[in-house]
Amino acid sequence: MGCDYTRTALHGYLDGELDASRSAEFERHLEGCRECAKVLETEESLRSALQRSSLCESAPRSLRKKILAELDAATSVPITERVSVWRWVALAAAILLVAAVSWYAWPGSGPLTRNPASPPFTASELIDAHIRSLQPGHLTDVASTDQHTVKPWFDGKLDFAPPVKDFADEGFPLVGGRLDVLGGRNVAVLVYARRKHFVNVFVLPTKEPDTPIHPPGLRQGYQWLHWRHQGMEYCAVSDISVADLHELAQLIYQ
Amino acid sequence: MEGFAQGRSSDVLDVHERARFEQLVLPHLDAAFNLARWLLRSREDSEDVTQEAMLRAYRFFRGFHGGDARAWLLQIVRNTCYTWLEKNRPVELMTEFDEELHPQPSVSPESLAIAGDNRERLGRALETLPPRFREVLVLRELEGCSYKEIAAITAIPIGTVMSALARARQRLQRALMQPPVEEAPRGL
Repeated sequence: MGCDYTRTALHGYLDGELDASRSAEFERHLEGCRECAKVLETEESLRSALQRSSLCESAPRSLRKKILAELDAATSVPITERVSVWRWVALAAAILLVAAVSWYAWPGSGPLTRNPASPPFTASELIDAHIRSLQPGHLTDVASTDQHTVKPWFDGKLDFAPPVKDFADEGFPLVGGRLDVLGGRNVAVLVYARRKHFVNVFVLPTKEPDTPIHPPGLRQGYQWLHWRHQGMEYCAVSDISVADLHELAQLIYQ
Repeated sequence: MEGFAQGRSSDVLDVHERARFEQLVLPHLDAAFNLARWLLRSREDSEDVTQEAMLRAYRFFRGFHGGDARAWLLQIVRNTCYTWLEKNRPVELMTEFDEELHPQPSVSPESLAIAGDNRERLGRALETLPPRFREVLVLRELEGCSYKEIAAITAIPIGTVMSALARARQRLQRALMQPPVEEAPRGL
């Protein structure tokens, strides 16, 4: 009883905390000391009992949840992210509005049926094409206020001849035309100006019967009107007021 | 405080600090709960104290500049547990830690192995130890902490961690060899 090594080195050895030379020294001592050998065996037995025992207890899931909620409360949301929250809210509201309006405007755009009254492209394709056209150099392929220049320009470029009229006298001067692709189809685009704003009128042939001018659609601050008349499908898009847009649509419809 | 500087408390952290906390500290929630559970000997109290310690850790997180996140967290958990014990069970903390190392009792590895095979009995024996013995055993045997980590967490000088463990193990063996209360012979 009372071997010095039991007090000074045995537990460090057991725990792997001795450096190499002290560890070797203790092993040499262990060969000749029955007391240390027995104590070490007992300690190892206790250790394996503790490790087998599964005494470790894990945090309950409910505690983890509570802590996460407290961390949320103690975390500041930076101003930019606050803004973005409101932007998401605004975006969500806009999407709802568009969904509601397009449901009304184009009953066929709903998930159940594809109504023949809806155009052969989506609202986002339409808006994307409109926004793309507003980038520098993209608005017109042929810039002319003369309908007699614009109309022949389309010849040979499309398999149909879009009706081209100028409404400068009514406040919607024709500024040109271009080719575009919408819903995977080549379409003609007539570009009208309204003060400093532009209106894109997408025109493509259709076999569907005529329709009146449908109620407006709205997305990302742009509105559009859609109708069919005499074998042509029209979609007028702009950021001008719906009343102005409707006025132009009626001029084209006649 | 030895080991780690806890730094200045700050009530509100931003989302980036939050993400860093979740990445570095939150994975050690189980270790935090386990230490509290064995220090307080009650799951219910441990939940409250662990929650409080986690929030304290979060508020001190700006003062944590890398290193051993588990030891940093366990130090806070341990301090929170002791504050709780002082307030709610002061008697438990009155045990002298520096008691003399008694000569080893004659415990055979075989009898210890048999007693230790009973999880309940082992757990109860551990709970009879004073908190300062209990914590070094839990940190070393259940959490696998090094002497250096144990020193940082418990504020014991590193040179005395080994002797603290030696005493704690001896106490546990004695507790384990005591006949369990239910099995103790009763006078008729």
